[in-house]
Amino acid sequence: MKSSRVYRDNDLYGLDACLGVVLKAYRCVFQEKYHSSAILIKEFEHRCRISFIIEVNIFMKKTQNVTIKGTKDGLTLHLDDTCSYQELKQELDRKLSNSTRVQEESKLLSVKVKVGNRYLTDEQQEELKDLIRQKRNLIVEEVETNVLTKEEAERLKQDGEIVSLARMIRSGQVVEVTGDLLLIGDVNPGGTVKASGNIFIMGALKGIAHAGCTGNDEAVIAASIMKPSQLRISDCINRAPDQGTDEEGKPMECAYISENHQIIVDRLQVLIQQRPNLTRFEGGR
Amino acid sequence: MGEAIVITSGKGGVGKTTTSANIGTALALQGKRVCLVDTDIGLRNLDVVMGLENRIIYDLVDVIQGRCKVHQALVKDKRFEDKLYLLPAAQTTDKTAVEPEQMKKLITDLKQDYDYIVIDCPAGIEQGYKNAIAGADKAIVVTTPEVSAVRDADRIIGLLEKEEGIEPPKLVINRIRSHMMKSGDMLDVDEITTHLSIDLIGIVADDDEVIKASNHGEPIALNPNSKASLAYRNIARRILGESVPLQQLDAEDKGMFTKIKKFFGVR
Repeated sequence: MKSSRVYRDNDLYGLDACLGVVLKAYRCVFQEKYHSSAILIKEFEHRCRISFIIEVNIFMKKTQNVTIKGTKDGLTLHLDDTCSYQELKQELDRKLSNSTRVQEESKLLSVKVKVGNRYLTDEQQEELKDLIRQKRNLIVEEVETNVLTKEEAERLKQDGEIVSLARMIRSGQVVEVTGDLLLIGDVNPGGTVKASGNIFIMGALKGIAHAGCTGNDEAVIAASIMKPSQLRISDCINRAPDQGTDEEGKPMECAYISENHQIIVDRLQVLIQQRPNLTRFEGGR
Repeated sequence: MGEAIVITSGKGGVGKTTTSANIGTALALQGKRVCLVDTDIGLRNLDVVMGLENRIIYDLVDVIQGRCKVHQALVKDKRFEDKLYLLPAAQTTDKTAVEPEQMKKLITDLKQDYDYIVIDCPAGIEQGYKNAIAGADKAIVVTTPEVSAVRDADRIIGLLEKEEGIEPPKLVINRIRSHMMKSGDMLDVDEITTHLSIDLIGIVADDDEVIKASNHGEPIALNPNSKASLAYRNIARRILGESVPLQQLDAEDKGMFTKIKKFFGVR
């Protein structure tokens, strides 16, 4: 261990020298303690040398913890996922400090950081980003990792799910779901449905529907009978006209946010153009 | 073992008390042993509608707080031999004097002796309402063909559906004025039923006789000639499990001429 620490100080040429020093020290201790013969000492020296070489070899591999690759899309920093975070940080620091002066006059470059199977907490991510930004004129565009926490994964799964619900939403009741809501039943006046995704109502919508309630502007609301008291998508609100129009709402309508941030109510079929992402079905003929 | 039916509405003034009195009376007329329970503590009036006000000695709160036995507080209706009783509410305290648990125990006790316990619920969704529904097995929601009443009924139905141990509520539409419904100035029966999407158990036409009868302390159900009376009797029969067709609304007495016009399809 001692040897590798010596080596880590970039003292490549002192490698042999430091081996000598270490061996000498060991030999002294060995001799003093056991008063052993010369052959034993030779044997010991030999073993020491081998273990030293192995250690150096392992360490040589680890020097590749940080690799910088240039691709068509720009620079990518590959950060190895087998070393400790502390080591990684040190090495990143060193690598990036190496040739600062060369880059000094050039513009800011955006880089991608790939960390492989390493989980980085938010603080760690920030730390790495800061580190990269300070050392060079690099800006981290994104940090890519193969690892998700369980909560994140569950949230993602929920967000993509369609929650179906067969009941009436009556006055005073509030139903809130993560993901898309498929309601089989009516929303009566005074009732509220909320979803982080889209809302599809197979019955009549006479109360309040709030789609994309966590701030998703792409969310839509569709209902068989669209007579809402209020429509909300993300942070947009639209309410029914004060003068209750007697006309029966046309069957099958949808609501979405238009380019100028207004809620538009239209025939269901316009969604095909407006929100092609609604299609999840793949294949078919 | 009897059955406890709570009559509720959310909104005030739609006719809960009248409906309770008349359904109770109609059930008694069918030969069932019925106990009416007024849970509108502080604002009692089921006793007035039943004409039993003068005979009250003890009340619901006295029973709950152990000042008397249940049978001491029950007021017997002399018009029915041993069929109809009333447990009046207290007028002197308020609704917080009773807890839902105590109410539940009381209703369970009463169920041993009676076929039907009809519980008159106060307006609102607070303590009084919670007390009223505590011991109930079934619920009847009363509404009138007004948007506000229907809205409140919707709210109450939502609350009742959440309650465990109560069957899905049934709907009574009260105070129907057929001419207004026809002209579209009032919500019509179908509209209300689809909106609330619960089973309809009866419709009662608006009838001046009802008010007259209530003021005399005689439930309209005792008068066999009134349309409203028939409506309440029909509701009672449906509670007993008979299938009775809904009353025709436009059969209101407008004279022979209207009937002939209708026959020929002239409006």
